[in-house]
Amino acid sequence: MRRSTPQLEPVVFHTLNTLAMLMLAVVTLYPFLNTLAVSFNAGNDTIRGGIYLWPRVWSLQNYKAVFVSGTIYNAFWVSVARTVIATVISLFLTSMLAYTVSRREYVFRKPITIIVVLTMYFNAGLIPYYFLIKDLNLLNKFLVYIIPGLISAFNMIVIRTYMQQLPDGLIESAKIDGAGDFRTFLYIVLPLCQPVLATVALFIAVGQWNSWFDTFLFASSKQHLSTLQYELMKLLSSTMVQSTSAAAMYGADPSAKLTQVTPVSIRAAITIVASVPILLVYPFLQKYFVHGLQLGSMKD
Amino acid sequence: MAVVTELPAREDGASPAGRRTSFLRRMKGQTQLILMSVPIVAYVILFSYFPIWGWTMAFQQFRPGFSFWEQEWVGFKHFKFLFGDAAFLNVLRNTVAMSLINMVLGFVTAISFAILLNEVRQRFFKRTIQTISYLPHFLSWIIVTGIVANALSVEGGIVNVVLMKLGIIREPIMWLNEPHYFWGIVGAAHVWKEVGWNAIIYLAAMASIDPALYEAAEMDGANRYQKMLHITLPGIKPIIVILLIMNLGWILEAGFEVQYLLGNGVVVDWSQTIDIFVLKYGLQIGNYSLATAAGIFKTVVSITMIFAANTIAKRLGEERLI
Repeated sequence: MRRSTPQLEPVVFHTLNTLAMLMLAVVTLYPFLNTLAVSFNAGNDTIRGGIYLWPRVWSLQNYKAVFVSGTIYNAFWVSVARTVIATVISLFLTSMLAYTVSRREYVFRKPITIIVVLTMYFNAGLIPYYFLIKDLNLLNKFLVYIIPGLISAFNMIVIRTYMQQLPDGLIESAKIDGAGDFRTFLYIVLPLCQPVLATVALFIAVGQWNSWFDTFLFASSKQHLSTLQYELMKLLSSTMVQSTSAAAMYGADPSAKLTQVTPVSIRAAITIVASVPILLVYPFLQKYFVHGLQLGSMKD
Repeated sequence: MAVVTELPAREDGASPAGRRTSFLRRMKGQTQLILMSVPIVAYVILFSYFPIWGWTMAFQQFRPGFSFWEQEWVGFKHFKFLFGDAAFLNVLRNTVAMSLINMVLGFVTAISFAILLNEVRQRFFKRTIQTISYLPHFLSWIIVTGIVANALSVEGGIVNVVLMKLGIIREPIMWLNEPHYFWGIVGAAHVWKEVGWNAIIYLAAMASIDPALYEAAEMDGANRYQKMLHITLPGIKPIIVILLIMNLGWILEAGFEVQYLLGNGVVVDWSQTIDIFVLKYGLQIGNYSLATAAGIFKTVVSITMIFAANTIAKRLGEERLI
């Protein structure tokens, strides 16, 4: 008995462990695959229930409704625009600031780091912030998506830590060649930071793409500024009501005039449209962001 | 999850007497660095620090449309009201409870998942599981709450279906309409969304544990669980401490989105957080002063907690944050 334990234990452990990991994968993936199935199933059939992993009555109506509906088509492009513009600007400014605080000889290095890092724990609160946005005349403007959140302390630290690991001699030799700090940053340091820039770009882009609270607070009265996530939010609240009184909400959605389409099915289609861009990108950036997260928590 | 520790500043000849002139001289040579950073810092100050001015509203009977000088000053009236207000104390309770539940569940599940995944030997399987586990982190709360609402639905929601098939319940439960389930549902939703993401940092810390330690333990006859307990866990202890400190600063950040999106009229006494209270009183009812006072309370607690936790960690000789 004693002798067989050492051989039996690893087998039992690894089997149970593999099962546990598979369970986790199923619990993670199932809701997503289920939404995918619902999005390709005819809406009026979905109401009958019993759709799990595969559509019962195949239909592209839900996706057609999403792209025919001017509202959602427009919201899609607003989401794309805010994501692309804000990511580019934010990435550039954050890495420029990170570069300056990565220079050990810089006299304001410490105060700047403290000012920026404190913002992680400190905010004046919603109401004063709302008044600031209002006083800056950003209410109901596209710029309200771009201007406020350009610098995140976390992103800055991740980039700074990466830059500090670059060999000192690189910057010294650029200095000797007569390059100023801006040129050194732009032509020497930035090109060497591609992995960390990819990570931070992913963080910023995901944050922008997924954001709905700013639309809700600052631009909800302007339909042409609505984003994909905000449209999804409106549909979600209407379908949550629907689960208690299914009939009442049917037809309440403007796109429901297309047959076969219900709020539940169109929500599934928008969910897929809203998550596919991210799901296509993140596996390829995996090795970068794993490294980036490590940098963010690294002790010097 | 950033941890800031400063490299020791290079003291280039900074004797107390010569410090001032050398500072100015150094500054002169750094014009470009200053031009590159100061405008961005000014931007950060405008958006993150300047709004503190708005805190004056909490001490006024603020009326929009009137100038600062025309407002009526009321001292601590709003704060006194808040701490005697059953509704505020209720949202405070909900916030602290949900935040603690999320924190404990979050730490325990992420660390357990990291330890178990670390035991998987086939690289491909390990990588695949890890990639899948990140997926929900990248989805918005809108999508995640939609998924949660679907899964918990009484009309064919997977949770009810599975529980009924297993014979654990007879009738589908209206999970989202049961006030006492709300905190647990929010905690579970957080775990579902973040467990894989939060495990990254622990897995990285485990990868840097010296393999010789495991070999030595094996020679001493340690089994798998003893190695987990005496090598793996101590190996990731520093990172656990740092993350705990950081999380204490967010004790009143139970989130806004989940509760706002999943909550409904039936569970309102258990679902509303301080953030929702602020939104409701401030922007919907228009009682800006009261909402600002609640916001100030939140920030003050957060700053106090982070400094307290940091000091305690310092005393204990643990890793610190600032």
